[in-house]
Amino acid sequence: MRVALFLTCVNDTLYPDTGRAVVKLLTRLGVDVDFPMAQTCCGQAHYNTGYRHEAEPLARHFSDVFGEYEAIVTPSGSCGAMVRELYPRMGERARAEGRGDTLAATLAPVVPKTYELTEFLVDVLGVTDVGAYYPHKVTYHPTCHGLRGLGLGDRPRRLLQAVKGLELVELPGADECCGFGGTFALKNADVSAAMGTDKVRNAESTGAEVLCAADNSCLMHIGGTMTRLRTGMRPVHIAEILASTEEEPAV
Amino acid sequence: MSGTFVGMPAFPEAAREAVANKTLRGNLRHATHTIRAKRAKAVTEVSDWAELREAGKRIKDHTLRHLDRYLVQLEESVTAAGGVVHWAADATEANEIVSQLVKMTGESEVVKVKSMATQEIRLNEALEAEGIRAYETDLAELIVQLGKDRPSHILVPAIHRNRGEIRDIFSREMSEWGRPAPEGLTDTPAELAEAARLHLREKFLRAKVGISGANFMVAETGTLVVVESEGNGRMCLTLPETLISVVGIEKIVPTWRDLEVFLQTLPRSSTAERMNPYTSTWTGTTDGDGPSTFHLVLLDNGRTDTLADEVGRQALRCIRCSACLNVCPVYERAGGHAYGSVYPGPIGAILSPQLRGTGSEIDASLPYASSLCGACYEVCPVAIDIPEVLVHLRERVVQGGEVTREGNKVVLRPAKGHAAERAAMRAARWAFTHPGALRTGQRAASRTRRFHPRTLPGPGKAWSGTRDLPPVPAEPFRDWWQRTRGGKDGAR
Repeated sequence: MRVALFLTCVNDTLYPDTGRAVVKLLTRLGVDVDFPMAQTCCGQAHYNTGYRHEAEPLARHFSDVFGEYEAIVTPSGSCGAMVRELYPRMGERARAEGRGDTLAATLAPVVPKTYELTEFLVDVLGVTDVGAYYPHKVTYHPTCHGLRGLGLGDRPRRLLQAVKGLELVELPGADECCGFGGTFALKNADVSAAMGTDKVRNAESTGAEVLCAADNSCLMHIGGTMTRLRTGMRPVHIAEILASTEEEPAV
Repeated sequence: MSGTFVGMPAFPEAAREAVANKTLRGNLRHATHTIRAKRAKAVTEVSDWAELREAGKRIKDHTLRHLDRYLVQLEESVTAAGGVVHWAADATEANEIVSQLVKMTGESEVVKVKSMATQEIRLNEALEAEGIRAYETDLAELIVQLGKDRPSHILVPAIHRNRGEIRDIFSREMSEWGRPAPEGLTDTPAELAEAARLHLREKFLRAKVGISGANFMVAETGTLVVVESEGNGRMCLTLPETLISVVGIEKIVPTWRDLEVFLQTLPRSSTAERMNPYTSTWTGTTDGDGPSTFHLVLLDNGRTDTLADEVGRQALRCIRCSACLNVCPVYERAGGHAYGSVYPGPIGAILSPQLRGTGSEIDASLPYASSLCGACYEVCPVAIDIPEVLVHLRERVVQGGEVTREGNKVVLRPAKGHAAERAAMRAARWAFTHPGALRTGQRAASRTRRFHPRTLPGPGKAWSGTRDLPPVPAEPFRDWWQRTRGGKDGAR
């Protein structure tokens, strides 16, 4: 199976460790991973801020880069939801505006074969025990677009529960938004910060060392709040936990 | 929509105060979390909730698609049942009609059932200007009225107040409006309710004119429906001689049978009750029973303009249950007043900028008052995709475009204050369609990483005021990938 890694622009630029973890994990599970170098950004920030027309060329670029692969895997619930949920909608809107079916036809091939990482592991590879080892107390935050956009359900939790040495503790108010929301974090900074603080306080109350999620953008907001509040907790992407083994444990 | 709160600052500014107010945040958190948990439980009791939700959505969509036909049918049915129908294009017209109708009775006092439509048009203020005093009879509306306050929640207008505050308002203000509060009133719910009961009873028994809204109007029979918890509404609907109902044109359902769906989904979504305690229906007038004169004022006030927008029109499906407010993390922190409208929360954020247009500062800021977490869409009993409409309205704000205002197509220009953002979005789009440029940028960021400031200037300050930034890594992923050829030769 020829699988393309869509790492997302945020991970590529700021969180390369997540990308290395996905490569390590998928390779261990026998998947042939490719990273198309021409990939950039799915256009979510543009689309969600109201710049749909600026997002369209990015969506087209995405389709050009990834169209030929059998599957596209991304360690981001929100970028995965962008492709799966919002690309079809962009096509529909273009049609409604009298611009024909071209955009919809261009985007259609990538929509059904784009998977968020945990979804790909559980649904496509059919594994929940990925042979990981991570001897830490962890709490899991299901990010909004993964939870409600893609409907990841308990897949991430099942994967974490199978990790050797990992103690999973429930996060109070887990399904409440952390307050990141892309440009929302800048446009409504006070509300965003208040939401982030509540999320971090809830995480602290679990006594976990690590808060784990499947989206680095949310983790950037939560982690930045954690260090500012001097909690001593760490934000870690789920890929890094699943990639960690006894031979090569993640720190 | 009237300018109830026009002149309000933009949402972020209004929210800042609320975020800093610990009492308010405590009140809101307690109330929303309580209702939220109860709603979730009430919904799981119904095995066919998903089907009910879909049915509600379809009934509303069908009605809106044929609204012209159903409105005419409703007018015929109401008239045949002895009522009089009036059409109001906007708030001013509606207020004039109601004021005239009250004056014709010779009365200078009216009792009111809690109604969003009359708040939307600021009817109480309009009546006051004509020398008519309107008494709110819903407990929460009474608290808001006595406290010279504004409602902050669709269902629980005084949600921002706690019991101690309510006791103070009753003790201080009731004597101004009628029967004073008992001496030594405490903040126990029973005592507060009894004080309100005694105060209101005098009003019910004296009033000759009642004013209401309606949750639903049945086109086939001309029946209006009010659902409520306290029974005060039923007093207003049945005791006065004249009843005037002001209702938004989108509140129609075609048949009695359609009510079956909403009388299940509305109470469970709003108060987490299996069935609301009081369901009152009235059809025109009946000799010797209830009001002898009935007027229905059908209110447009931006609704047909909203109906013309193919993405935004789904907001008109709203049955005002307020489930979206109770789950919204932004509403929970910002409070209802920050939305600058009688419609706060997620539904307000999509309804107000459509009914009023995006011309004012507050209306242009409302589509951004959301992290797009999607909790509102998930709980909505008529499946309004609120995040979709928010993004659609953001597009209207930053890019302009064609909209319908007062029945005419007009082309909106992009709102002011977005020029820098627009330039940044264009630049980012250019970089993202030129992978080489992106890579150059990433490398530059990596090389200069030791010199990056910990706090950001300009718009970035909004981030670094409360959150640390992650350090830029020494090497972006794509460089690592190329250097190690995909890690296939064992390099890590």
